[in-house]
Amino acid sequence: MSSYAISHERAHAFYDHFERKGELPHQTHYCPGCGHGIVHKLLASAIDGLGVRDRTVLVSPVGCSVFAYYYFDTGNVQAAHGRAPAVATGIKRSRPDSIVVAYQGDGDLAAIGTAEIIHAANRGESMTVIFVNNGIYGMTGGQMAPTTPLGKQSTTSPGGREKWNDGYPVHVCELLNALDAPVYLERVSLGDNKQIMQAAKAIRRALEYQVKGLGFSLVEVLSPCPTIWKLTPVEAQKFVRDEMGALFVPGCVRDRGKEAEARPARAAAPALADVPRLIGLTSGEEAVPAAERDLDLRIKIAGFGGQGVLMLGEVLAEAGLEAGYEVSWLPSYGPEMRSGTSNCHVRIGRHPVDSPLVSRPNVLLALNEPSLRKFLPAVEPGGVAIYNGREVPEGCERDDVRLAAIPVTAIADGIGAGKVANIVMLGALLELCEVVDEERVRGALRRLIHNDRYYELDLAALERGREEGRKLAAEAYGWGV
Amino acid sequence: MGKELTKGNEAIVKAAVLAGCRAFYGYPITPASEIAEAAAKYLPAAGGTFVQAESEVAAINMLYGGAAAGVRAMTASSGPGISLMQEGISYIAGAELPCVIADIMRGGPGLGNIAPEQGDYNQVVKGGGHGNYRTLVVAPYSVQEMADLTTLAFDLADRYRNPVMVLADGFIGQMMEPVEFAPRAVLPEAPGWSVRGTAETRANLVSSIHLEPDMLERHVRKLEAKYREAERNEVRWENWRTEDAEIVLVGYGIMGRVLKSVVEMARAAGIRAGLLRPITLYPFPAAQVRELARRARAFAVVELSTGQLVDDVRLALEGRAPVEFFSRVGGNVPSAEEVLEFLERTFSARHAREEVLAHV
Ligand SMILES: Cc1ncc(C[n+]2csc(CCOP(=O)(O)OP(=O)(O)O)c2C)c(N)n1
Ligand code: SF4
Repeated sequence: MSSYAISHERAHAFYDHFERKGELPHQTHYCPGCGHGIVHKLLASAIDGLGVRDRTVLVSPVGCSVFAYYYFDTGNVQAAHGRAPAVATGIKRSRPDSIVVAYQGDGDLAAIGTAEIIHAANRGESMTVIFVNNGIYGMTGGQMAPTTPLGKQSTTSPGGREKWNDGYPVHVCELLNALDAPVYLERVSLGDNKQIMQAAKAIRRALEYQVKGLGFSLVEVLSPCPTIWKLTPVEAQKFVRDEMGALFVPGCVRDRGKEAEARPARAAAPALADVPRLIGLTSGEEAVPAAERDLDLRIKIAGFGGQGVLMLGEVLAEAGLEAGYEVSWLPSYGPEMRSGTSNCHVRIGRHPVDSPLVSRPNVLLALNEPSLRKFLPAVEPGGVAIYNGREVPEGCERDDVRLAAIPVTAIADGIGAGKVANIVMLGALLELCEVVDEERVRGALRRLIHNDRYYELDLAALERGREEGRKLAAEAYGWGV
Repeated sequence: MGKELTKGNEAIVKAAVLAGCRAFYGYPITPASEIAEAAAKYLPAAGGTFVQAESEVAAINMLYGGAAAGVRAMTASSGPGISLMQEGISYIAGAELPCVIADIMRGGPGLGNIAPEQGDYNQVVKGGGHGNYRTLVVAPYSVQEMADLTTLAFDLADRYRNPVMVLADGFIGQMMEPVEFAPRAVLPEAPGWSVRGTAETRANLVSSIHLEPDMLERHVRKLEAKYREAERNEVRWENWRTEDAEIVLVGYGIMGRVLKSVVEMARAAGIRAGLLRPITLYPFPAAQVRELARRARAFAVVELSTGQLVDDVRLALEGRAPVEFFSRVGGNVPSAEEVLEFLERTFSARHAREEVLAHV
């Protein structure tokens, strides 16, 4: 017991003078008999005892203890109402050697901050949470807390807390005990000196576990608030011991300090020079070739989802980039995507791309009939449209557009993979209109397709598409080159 | 480095990591999810932290903690998530913490839809949280700018100790363009004011509370002075064919791209149009708008919201020139043809030519 004796000397983890407070810098802002003052002392002596004052960062809440940073001679961060566990997560993850303590009231932790505490606990954040349960909202003047006992009056439960209207008092330790990750959960009380001794032990243990690198610990402290409960300090302590203690029974709910594994240390940061490679930036200093031709392709590709519409666009954009052109690729996403159709806009040209949106395409690749019907009217006169079918469907005639029908899906099926229909169409496009050299397209495919088998299939599809395109170009169209 | 075909949302993350961002806290939402997905891959690879938070409320507060601990940190979301973050953004501005927040806008209000819109202008540019603060806002219109302006955002955030927002629409986030990234040889040190759990930083406090009225007033005046300084030094914009413009179009993000096409088409149709594209939305290029009013006959603002940017243009002009307005919302982006038609309707080509003659 004696090692936990509470010294009446001021702990090192407290400031000698509370300069941040301004007026009356020798005393705290808490009411006489308030439990916060006692909890502060217990926490400060635990910090001292473990010798971690320099490493400690105290996250103070919104509530009567908002000014905890007046007193603690540690690093201090003040958080928004209920968010201390999230703020503490942000600190601890970036500074794993720090000792992070989130200090919270019952409104802060068990009402507005319910999500944050549950998820910090569930992630097993290596932090210590001191949860001061005084059964009421102190700072805002006595409104009902999630922990207010049934029947108790508050300014917002004037007839007493009523289960049908207000629900039941929340048992935080038991709630968190349903989770796998927490290491240590204990409820203690400030009801008498013996209970305070136990509180001191628990707070120290919760902090010690963090120093050992273990995960999440929370100590719930039943704490007197004489001012709001309109009791003398002595009565308030009795209320905490008897009434609060009957509802929220003190005791250790979980202690896995012996078996818990330490959270693995983070790998050392890589050398800065390696970072570009590690984030997938592979291109070196190779000179980009000058654009070969004076292209201004405004390409619209459309079809059903799963037909490789977006990928076909990406191959074209990538090939264009490799050939030294300015390019853009814009997918349709949103409402259209849901209906199972997919389209994208690709621009390839010598000049910087102004609008990436293609409203008047000069190349339309329609992988299904609805797409052809929808977008053919917008194709610019003199443009090219390739349709996935044996013949152009009725009602889709346009004299001023070079319209070709090629059953790319059937052709792709013929070489054993319907999925490469898009690449068959790309092959045909290379024959039917001036785009980029096939070599660039192969380069793009090599970069985008990591699986060798698919890459080979794509090359076969490209070749089949070219054959079809050449046939058409030679037969009827005569506009191949 | 050479150029890499990169998606807008991915460019943000890669640029952020190269700028030294080592903490990302986020919650998935279309059309911003690729940012969290890329961050989940690249932040740990670079020795940083990625956590998928339980909500945007938690994410912004994790960001507050990360920034307080002195690391370059960011998050990303879209309209509904940004709404949830507003309290936290106010705290971050109040506590003078640097961080970067990307908003890839979608259609609203409410659940709206996931198509591109620009309806978050007011909540981002005017600040959507409580109290007297501003966020600095950059508005990329290309994937290259997604990268460059994210880099700039981190530098501005540090320089002003203030949250900086990257405001883009779904199209800029989803599209792919070639990007040249700029790796850095050195990264900034953790700032002296940060709370890092060390002896040197033990005396530091990060807080936004100033109980005493005179103290809070002093604090708010200090923030205000910072914003005035940003207004003097950080305005960025692009003038496109404005030298002889009779009609000045104003638009940002994807509209800046469409309006460049419109300028060409309008000129071909006899309307001398130019474009002023704000690159920072706060500070807003107000003086630049006024400058163009010396020559221009009228302004036409085109945005994917029902009239948010247009207010800033009107405020800047202080009545010097008429302001016409065209918008599409709900996920519809007007084609260049559609905007041209609006211009022709509004300023007949003949009228414009007469005016030109009158100037000669
Ligand atoms: C978002 C938000 N909502 C409400 C408040 C007002 N508020 C401040 S403290 C508090 C309750 C504090 O009660 P508790 O957490 O139990 O702490 P105590 O004061 O009792 O120690 C409330 C509701 C606030 N500051 N922020
Ligand atoms: S109101 Fe209650 S909780 Fe707040 S300082 Fe006073 S006694 Fe403590």
